[in-house]
Amino acid sequence: MIIDGAMELVEIEKGIKIIPGASTVITTLDKVINWGRKSSLWPVTFGLACCAIEMMAAGSSHYDLDRLGIIFRGSPRQADCMIVAGTVTKKMAPIVRKVYDQMPEPRYVIAMGSCACTGNVYRTYSVVQGCDLFLPVDVYIPGCPPRPEALYDGLIKLQEIITKEKMRWSPLR
Amino acid sequence: MDETKELKTREMVINMGPQHPSTHGVLRLRLEVSGETIVKCTPYVGYLHRGTEKLAESMTYLQSIPLMDRLDYISSMTNDVGYCLAVERLFDIGLPLRAKYIRTMVSEMSRISSHLLWLATHALDIGAMTVFLYAFRERERILELFEQLCGARLTVTYPRIGGVRNDVSQEFIDTLYQFTEEFPDKIKEYETLINVNRIWLKRTIGIGIISAEEAVNYGLTGAALRGSGVDYDVRKHFPYDAYSLVKFDVPIGKNGDVYDRYLCRMEEMRQSNSIIKQCIEALPTGPIMTSDSPKFTLPPKDKVLNNMESLIHHFTLITKGPMTAPAGEVYVATEVPKGELGFYIVSDGTGRPYRMRIRSPSFIHVAALPRLCEGGFIADVVANIGSIDVVLGECDR
Repeated sequence: MIIDGAMELVEIEKGIKIIPGASTVITTLDKVINWGRKSSLWPVTFGLACCAIEMMAAGSSHYDLDRLGIIFRGSPRQADCMIVAGTVTKKMAPIVRKVYDQMPEPRYVIAMGSCACTGNVYRTYSVVQGCDLFLPVDVYIPGCPPRPEALYDGLIKLQEIITKEKMRWSPLR
Repeated sequence: MDETKELKTREMVINMGPQHPSTHGVLRLRLEVSGETIVKCTPYVGYLHRGTEKLAESMTYLQSIPLMDRLDYISSMTNDVGYCLAVERLFDIGLPLRAKYIRTMVSEMSRISSHLLWLATHALDIGAMTVFLYAFRERERILELFEQLCGARLTVTYPRIGGVRNDVSQEFIDTLYQFTEEFPDKIKEYETLINVNRIWLKRTIGIGIISAEEAVNYGLTGAALRGSGVDYDVRKHFPYDAYSLVKFDVPIGKNGDVYDRYLCRMEEMRQSNSIIKQCIEALPTGPIMTSDSPKFTLPPKDKVLNNMESLIHHFTLITKGPMTAPAGEVYVATEVPKGELGFYIVSDGTGRPYRMRIRSPSFIHVAALPRLCEGGFIADVVANIGSIDVVLGECDR
């Protein structure tokens, strides 16, 4: 195949170039991997309390999370995102952590609702005052419970975070 | 020596939950199975224990209403109504007729939305995915109406002690009436999806049978009791709000299995729909907050902004609450979608409850779970959990 020497690479987006006429894209591995990761976030179905109902509403027909490539998985082994939806009690916290530990890397955590963020009004003997005490939380979504739109916003924020990641795929990072 | 004697099978222990998609939250079951048959089933609760009862002791009666939303978060309106009724009984406050009708109306809306969620998840657990998408479509309409009414979708905090927060608008009434016109057809639509589905019938008929006597002995209430053929409904037998003024039937099952409980709940949705319609048609004009207890009810907003006494009254009521309450104890039961929800309040004369005990139907239903599951198959556990309709926020409190 003869490539016309006068043909130049065209930059269609920052950091992504194509060769016109040929179905070829030239970019960094970071961009490709992050694009793949953000387009298929699979959260583990892990409802704790009220927020789980709004999470279900977001996943159902009216709001339809499938549009973003988000499919709820029953097993943490198949998931890469955890939505902590609801109040985390002291009895439940070790189990939440265990589910998190079972997830393969890369994994992300969204604290959905005021209870998961800070404990909300439940400043009692049995409630963990925010799930960031034992989990590395990426996105906080306040609200009691947050609307499905708010959950959408949180998930899109998480996608933005993933887009900016550098070398997370590399064992040498 | 006979070799078969040495070949013993051991019972296996399976841990189901708390992170399990079909346990409706954070219920944990310890199942001892022999092959596919369940020998012993032990429920463990408390994974969502938030200390609501203890928290309510440190709050005034008015402040506790938002906590009651988050007990049974699927139908928060009915919880609020139950709590407000208990406090009203303690303070001996009457309700204006319009408030009674509005409360009945929104309670029944809440019942429909709860039953729709129950239907969606119950069918999803058993394997009928489509019903989930259909039921959530109508549920969204109800939640949008709630949002229009009070600004929140789930945790409404709409009823107040002595009435309701704000009046219903004509737009709300019109939309709701249109919904009640269309909803019976939608129920038919759900039924065409699963009523003739052979898998659904095989997995529900004859599963989790509990006799009427046993159901009473276990303390089951709601559709779980009525499915066994016991005619008991708090709305009918101890009417509150406007339930004595509307006509409705209490559906009764026969066999007490998962299928009969399903039929009861489906019929209850139709009855709720008709109650809403009757409430809209009979909705009287008048005040929405009672006037016979100025110590409790907030003054109207325009008076707060223009009148010094009303401003002070508003301020003290919000910050301190009513300083005195009649000493004594009161138990008020209401019919929530899950069953009988009771509030037992002990008052020592101060503005805060000395002790508040919540008799939650889910907690009692979970206790009957071993009876339903033992002797059955592992696959039927999710059908049983779905059919007694537990919600763990209320169960663990």
